[in-house]
Amino acid sequence: MAYTEEELKKELETKEYEYGFYTDIESETFPKGLSEEIVIAISKKKEEPEWMTEWRLEAFRVWQQMEEPEWANVTYKKPDFQDISYYSAPNKKPKYESLDEVDPELLATFEKLGISLEEQKKLAGVAVDIVMDSVSVATTFKKTLAEKGIIFCSISEAIQEHPELVKKYIGSVVPQKDNFYAALNSAVFSDGSFCYIPKGVRCPMELSTYFRINQAGTGQFERTLVIADEGSYVSYLEGCTAPSRDENQLHAAVVELIALDDAEIKYSTVQNWFPGDKEGKGGVFNFVTKRGLCEKNAKISWTQVETGSAVTWKYPSCVLKGDNSIGEFYSIAVTNNFQQADTGTKMVHLGKNTKSTIISKGISAGQSQNSYRGLVQVNSRAENARNFSQCDSLLMGNRCGAHTFPYIEAKNKTAQIEHEATTSKIGEDQIFYCNQRGIDTEKAIALIVNGFSKEVLNKLPMEFAVEAQKLLEISLEGSVG
Amino acid sequence: MDLKDKLLSSFLAFENNVDLNSPVHDVRSEAIKNFETKGFPSKKEEAWKYTSLNNLQKIDFSVFPKQETVLDYKEIKKYFLHEIDTYKIVFVDGVYSSYLSETTHDGVDVCLMSAALTKPQYRQVIDVYFNKVASKDESLTTLNTAFSREGAFIYIPKNKVPKKPIQILHLATGNEAALMLQPRNLVIAEENAEVQVIERHQSLTGNEVLTNSVTEIFAAQDAIVDYYKVQNDLDTASLIDNTYIAQKDRSVVRVHTFSFGGKLTRNNLNYYQNGERIDSTLKGVTILGDKQHVDHHTLVHHAQPNCESHQDYKGVFGDRSTGVFNGKIIVDKIAQKTNAFQQNNNVIISDKATVNTKPQLEIFADDVKCSHGCTIGQLDEDAMFYLQSRGIPKKEARALLMYAFANNVLESVRIPELKARINALIAKKLGVRVGFEL
Repeated sequence: MAYTEEELKKELETKEYEYGFYTDIESETFPKGLSEEIVIAISKKKEEPEWMTEWRLEAFRVWQQMEEPEWANVTYKKPDFQDISYYSAPNKKPKYESLDEVDPELLATFEKLGISLEEQKKLAGVAVDIVMDSVSVATTFKKTLAEKGIIFCSISEAIQEHPELVKKYIGSVVPQKDNFYAALNSAVFSDGSFCYIPKGVRCPMELSTYFRINQAGTGQFERTLVIADEGSYVSYLEGCTAPSRDENQLHAAVVELIALDDAEIKYSTVQNWFPGDKEGKGGVFNFVTKRGLCEKNAKISWTQVETGSAVTWKYPSCVLKGDNSIGEFYSIAVTNNFQQADTGTKMVHLGKNTKSTIISKGISAGQSQNSYRGLVQVNSRAENARNFSQCDSLLMGNRCGAHTFPYIEAKNKTAQIEHEATTSKIGEDQIFYCNQRGIDTEKAIALIVNGFSKEVLNKLPMEFAVEAQKLLEISLEGSVG
Repeated sequence: MDLKDKLLSSFLAFENNVDLNSPVHDVRSEAIKNFETKGFPSKKEEAWKYTSLNNLQKIDFSVFPKQETVLDYKEIKKYFLHEIDTYKIVFVDGVYSSYLSETTHDGVDVCLMSAALTKPQYRQVIDVYFNKVASKDESLTTLNTAFSREGAFIYIPKNKVPKKPIQILHLATGNEAALMLQPRNLVIAEENAEVQVIERHQSLTGNEVLTNSVTEIFAAQDAIVDYYKVQNDLDTASLIDNTYIAQKDRSVVRVHTFSFGGKLTRNNLNYYQNGERIDSTLKGVTILGDKQHVDHHTLVHHAQPNCESHQDYKGVFGDRSTGVFNGKIIVDKIAQKTNAFQQNNNVIISDKATVNTKPQLEIFADDVKCSHGCTIGQLDEDAMFYLQSRGIPKKEARALLMYAFANNVLESVRIPELKARINALIAKKLGVRVGFEL
């Protein structure tokens, strides 16, 4: 069926967020507001040891002294931090060994989302640590992993059972006082994932967590800690969808990756939180701090597909500390309607012969603003550092904006740094060419966008690549006028 | 007393000296108010992230030179482009030197800012142009505006072309232990006019000099302006050079900046395109050594459709020098069919040198071609080997390659003698005689 542009536009504008539903699960929610008492209460609730409570309080005290950053190229109404409830957990929280024990209502939610645990268990071979409003309710494949010595659990469990690992590594890459939102997260994080791969182990499956924000008015403060011990390998997936809400939801996560000598971590994200409706009302605020540390010969690779959230503020970074370490960043950021994204990466070259690659694809449509902000820093001791950056922007319509803010700082004469950026639009001739061959405009756009983002999509694990491709289509359909 | 307080208090004395009834009086008072609130920019500000003025503020600069100095032309001849005949506007310690200068009113006006600001026949031009494109918000620009009294005034009426290029030379004699200068230039090219200007700041002794200069350039329809900045000053001289350019339909403005020296050099180069089919060209060669610091901060604002901008900055950094490039291109919603290109290439040749670069695009229109590219690297080893294998010594081979690297910026220099002079400067800077002209 051939759409006219007008029809297409109309359909898209009225296209509601597909995953906008809300499950009513009895949950225990703390009163709104943030104080030392609340921080202590969260810690108590989670039965944490004293050092953890102290660690949280330290972060909270620093946070109180800090101011919200304003340098990002986004405008939004600042969240009132005293009007957020900092803890909510699904009420029935015994750990399940099999799916039958899981609350049927919860299972129905997942089914709507298209994540059937059963299916995933059997078909995808993915161990899923599902975070439903902050507390892990189901962890599968744990046993298989345990045989290899891999620890994959919620962070609260890790604090209980592997305190020595958590104590050693938490905050080692993203310190409590790193930035405003990292400090907030450190003080109040409710849950998240923890993963440890022992020496020389290659994780046999893709590890993945599905995050969901469910309870009205609760911000989610996830904390993820992935440690790959010497010579190990892990691929970690993170994907998100959230119910449609009127009020802005705050999400301030912290992800820390530690790749010890010769280890490799691949971290992939598909983010599709509620972006707000077509008037720009509602939507999730996504202020995330992600950073990885590479020791000798280690490699960290970030891949992200960002299609959701009203405001995104996210810079997955690599600190290339060890010699011969490698950092990679592949990103597609799509903004439509009134979405704003300020995203990019930081590559800090400290060791010798370190390499980094940055491929960033920004697609803006509607009245959205899409910014790339990146830093490539070569310190004076980083001999033979090599960086290649490419930022391409695609603009659809003349009411959106694309911006690039690349910072490049070189303090070593052997550094080789290249940066290129282009901005373009989908050419009428390209669309015409497709139309001529019987491909309708909508499909043609999907095709072109897909080609544009291919370099990044290719880096995603199979399961995600398909999902991501779909997401791109949904987010952009008909936005060419 | 810190420099800010000193400037604020000397403003009162300055005001008493100049004509209080002059039309610019209000502009000056407005400007000093802005500077008073803002003060000197600190590294906390995004635009000054890589350049610190802290050390400069500690120096006890005298704001008004106490005595006049007469210089012999022979002593300073080498600072002129003396191979060709030019109009000359020469200032010694901020004071106009009629003896060294050659101005004109024959068809075109090549004269002094002080004359333009006070004489009634220029009143209309001043009303229309003075402080119209310069920022009323940026603190150092407003500081200059507050103290604006002297500088070059160039007015080219419709369809006129001056007989020869114009040289503006600012000399500092070192009579004061430390001197702050604030020249203010105004260049106006009316419809279909054409002008070539060469500007240079030169300190003659090892005494500290700080120059905070503002130049406004207006190019009306079809006008062509070529502006060359030669920055090869001593290691005690600092320069903050603010240039604001307003262009109308089909005009061409080319600014070339050659930075080979000075303690701290900051170039704020701002283009505002207020018409269609405009061409803006910004080019620069930077070759630094010692502890020199050069910061190129450019802005090209595309506000109308069908315009072009071309930026090409090359830098070679040795010793402990630092180089900064921050280039911003803004393309407004209505500025469709904009072609904006930006290129910044750097070579670091010492362990201690630093390069910080930030090419920045802000694009709001969809039918545009914008690109920026930026590299930091070394000389190609294969090329070095090729030259060496043909009997060219390492040093010469290196110089040759760097020469070639920097040279394509010079292609668009339209005064052959200046090109030769810059070529010689580059060769000298790289410590080699290449023995031929590229």
